[in-house]
This record gives sequence, structure tokens and C-alpha cells, in this order.
Amino acid sequence: MRNFIFILTKEIRSYFYSPVAFVVITIFSVLIGYYFYNIFAAFSTISFQAQTDPMVASQYGVLNVTEFVIRPFFGVVSIVMLIMLPMLTMRSFAEEKKTGTIELLLTYPVKDLELVLGKFAGCMGIFAIMLSLSVPCLLLVAFFGDPEWGVIVTGYGGLFLMGGAFISLGLFMSSLTENQIIAAVLSFASLMVLYMVGSSSGFVGEKMGQFLEYVSILSHFETFARGVLDTSDITYYLLFAVFFLFLSMHSLESKRWRA
Amino acid sequence: MIEVKNLTKTYGGNARGITDISFNVNKGEILGFLGPNGAGKTTTMRILTCFMPATSGTVNVAGFDVFEDSLQVRSRIGYLPETVPLYTDMQVPVYLRFVAGLKGVPWKEIKNRVAEVMEQVALTHMAHKFIGELSKGYRQRVGLAQALINDPEVLILDEPTIGLDPKQIIEIRSLIKGLAGARTIILSSHILPEVSMLCQRVVIIDEGKVKAVDTPDNLTSQLTKSNRVVARIAGKQADVQDGLRKIRGVKRVDCLSPAESGAGTSKYTIEFEMDSQSSNLVARLAGERQWDLYELTPMKMSLEDIFIRIVTEEEIKQ
Repeated sequence: MRNFIFILTKEIRSYFYSPVAFVVITIFSVLIGYYFYNIFAAFSTISFQAQTDPMVASQYGVLNVTEFVIRPFFGVVSIVMLIMLPMLTMRSFAEEKKTGTIELLLTYPVKDLELVLGKFAGCMGIFAIMLSLSVPCLLLVAFFGDPEWGVIVTGYGGLFLMGGAFISLGLFMSSLTENQIIAAVLSFASLMVLYMVGSSSGFVGEKMGQFLEYVSILSHFETFARGVLDTSDITYYLLFAVFFLFLSMHSLESKRWRA
Repeated sequence: MIEVKNLTKTYGGNARGITDISFNVNKGEILGFLGPNGAGKTTTMRILTCFMPATSGTVNVAGFDVFEDSLQVRSRIGYLPETVPLYTDMQVPVYLRFVAGLKGVPWKEIKNRVAEVMEQVALTHMAHKFIGELSKGYRQRVGLAQALINDPEVLILDEPTIGLDPKQIIEIRSLIKGLAGARTIILSSHILPEVSMLCQRVVIIDEGKVKAVDTPDNLTSQLTKSNRVVARIAGKQADVQDGLRKIRGVKRVDCLSPAESGAGTSKYTIEFEMDSQSSNLVARLAGERQWDLYELTPMKMSLEDIFIRIVTEEEIKQ
């Protein structure tokens, strides 16, 4: 526990010593902020038009701010996460290997589990800061409109769980190589594959289709964005994270296996 | 304190590892680990510090096996790797507090302990600096400080003085000397005077094998039996050299400084086989031939010579 806290604080500290955290957080905020502006502006324009023009009103049906703004917003946040989180995790082990600091770290009396969990929690901390910067957007919605708070809460819960899954995969990829670029590309590529497999579910047969749909990493988020808490989706993200943390731990441990 | 038994490490491919290394280090002893580059010093140290496993063989540190009780061993050692890998973007005390935390220094003592160690390695005036801004010598001290932070029983230092200027080398050496006694230290180096100055015993290792384990003094006296003699003799160089070569047991004769004129003196080194008489034979010959003998000194081998001899022995035999 003690070692975990020391590693966690060191990780967060070093994210801010090097500009990585600042760059990643800034770009994340700019991207989602820009998207939020677009969707929110579009919503208000359409709302105005619907007030004056019954044709427009009938075209869109009931205009609901949660349906029209918040749900797509969460969708975009998850895509931006998919791009940005590998940038956050790529350095965690790869940099230590490159600079050789791993040699000292692995000769300290620290369990591999504590090391992996400490690094994971460090990334999660930065990710939490990143995610919290999207809250003002939703406060703006709440100021002008009347969103469903339940959807917002489950949405953030879902994003947080999904972020954990992304980060654990990124940590594992980083533990495989000493090259940060390779770590980032590998984790980005695997996340993309997990994202895209869902779309081929329609033409691979029923059983296989269901399987691919279940494997697909973003499809599990849709229930959260609808304000539904489905244990199968929660389990998916938790198992995903545990699985890759387990692999990272063994990837580290494998250095100590007898050849 | 440290028992290394039949340690072997093979890497995949043709990379060299170490073969069947065994030695012991007693409590409170400084052991020198001597060998040319690529001899297997770092490999051995990395196994000792649980950074990587051996292919076969066992290492016991303070009663714990490095493979079975890795955590116990790791909490008892301080390790300074050759490249001194540090987090360059951290400030010195912040880094040391982090290490102190991981190495199990109690919460309340961390602050004091960091100040103490920084004082010990003369780093106090660098407290506000980032490690990346420090010169090589100061980084070395930070490296030493992190090894010392939990006051470990065993210190493993891989080339602690490499890349330092002469003044820093002297400082680090006296620091290491000051640490001895309570702690057991293994120190690798290819600077031989350093080893003979600091260490009670020396392990000479080459091509992954232990070539000799002994005190610097014993190694010297053992190998001086090979009998080298320096003689300064007046006389015609060719004659003298010829005469010397004919003495029983002489392996080679070299003329160090040839005489300028026929009557001047020349200096020769004469190398005898092991266990043959030496100086007296030269004196006797000089008497017989009526050469004037100005100097006759049996040469003591420096550690440098021993090292070169041991390391190149096999080539000579071939």
C-alpha cells in the first residue's frame, strides 16, 4: 500500500514535470470543447427554428437536450479518449526501460503488482483531471436547459470505466517495448481494432456476430450513454482492465523468470 | 554475507554471459570485482541485485536466496548501476524521498534520512536542482545517495568512479572507504590501483569466468614468482643479451635502454620461469664474464601486471 502511494505520487508528479500531462489535457479539452460548441450551437439553432417553423419541429420530433447534445458529446469524448490515452500511457514503462531507471526500480523491494497498480492509478489520476475539465460543458447545458442528471452520472461512470480499460491496455503495450512510439502505436492500433470489430458483426454469422459485438470496446459504452447501468457492460470494462493489468505485471515479472 | 555458487548466465545467440562463477564475500569486507570490459561484471551484479535471474547456480545474500526471496534480498541491498539511471526531471530531495519511501524508510524518518544522506555524499548545496541539471560527478553522488538511503547491509557498486574527474574520484573513494566496516561492499572496476587501494580481496574475472580470487597482496606475491629482474650491466649489448638468454630458466630478455657507446651501461629486464632462481644467476654470470653490474632488482608486479597476466595467460600458453 505504502509503495503504491509512493509510486502513484511520483507518477503524477512526473506527468506534470514533463509537459506530457499539460499537452494531453489541453488538446483533449480543446477537441471536446470545440465539438461541444458545435453541437450545442446546432441544438439551439434548431430549437429556435422549430419554435417558428412547424415543418422543422415535425422533422425533429421532440427536441431533447440529453438526446441531442449530451449523448453525442459522450460519444465524441470516448473517441478522443481513444486517441489521447495511448499518448498518456506510452511512456509509463517504455521510458523507464529506455533511460534504464527500470533497473533501479526493479531492484527496490517493491512488488510488481504495486508497481503496475501505482502506474495505473497515476494514469487514472491524470485521466480523471482530464475528464473533469469536460464538466463545465455540461454545467453550461444545465444552466441553459434541463438535462437528465442520471444520464450524465452514468455517462461519466462509463467513461471512467472505459478509460481504465484503455489505460490498462496502454500500460501493457508500454511494458512490451522500450520505444514510446511503438507503445503508442500498438495501443492505438489495438484499441482501433477493438473499436471496429463491432461493425463487421453483421456479416460473419450470428454466433460470431454476437461475439464481435460483445468484444467491441465502444459498444459497451452506449448503454451508459443512455443512462442504463448494465452489469454485463460494467463487467466487461472491469475484466478488460484486470486482464491487461495482469498481463503487464507478468510482462514485468518475466524479466525475472529463469531462462 | 554473500555466497555465489556456480553462477551461470547464458544469453540467447552468441552474446557472452558468465560461466560457473563462485565466490564468497564476508561481512564487512570490500570485495573488488576486476575485469576488462565485457567480462561479465555487470551481468553478475545484476543477478546479485535480483534484476535478472541466473540460468543456473545460486546466490545467497544475507541468508536469502536472490531467486526465492527476492524481496528480502532487495530490501537489504543498495545498488549503484554503471550508467546511474536517474529520473532527470525530478529534484534531488524529491527523488531521494521517493526512493526512501520505496526502500521502506519509515514515514517519519524519511525527511531526516534524506538530509542525512545528502550531507554524507556532499550534495546539500544541490538540493534545489533538478537531477538533469547536475554534472556527471554529482549524478554519481545522487546514485550513491539512493543506494545508501535505507542504510543497507550490502552495497553493490558498478564502476562507481567511472567518468569522474581525479578530484571527484578521490572523494568518492574516500566516501566508499568510510562506508566499509559496517557494510559489505562489492565494487567493480577496471581501474586497478583503485581496487588495490580499497579492497581487501579481489575477484578477477575474464570472459565470464573467475580467473583468481585473493587479496591484492597475495596475488602480487604469488605471481611475482614468475621472477622478473631488472639489471643494469656495462658491456656490449649483443653479448650481454646473448649471455643472459643462455642462463637456465630464462624465458626472455629485453633491452630497455641500450647503451649509447660500447662502454656505457644498458638496462635489461630478464624474465625467468616460475620457481627458478633468478637474481643470483645473473650476478654469477656477470662475475664469470667480468661484466660490470650496476643494478640488480627483482621486480614486484603491480596489480596491473597481474591483471594483464591473468587475463592474457591463456594466449601466452597457446
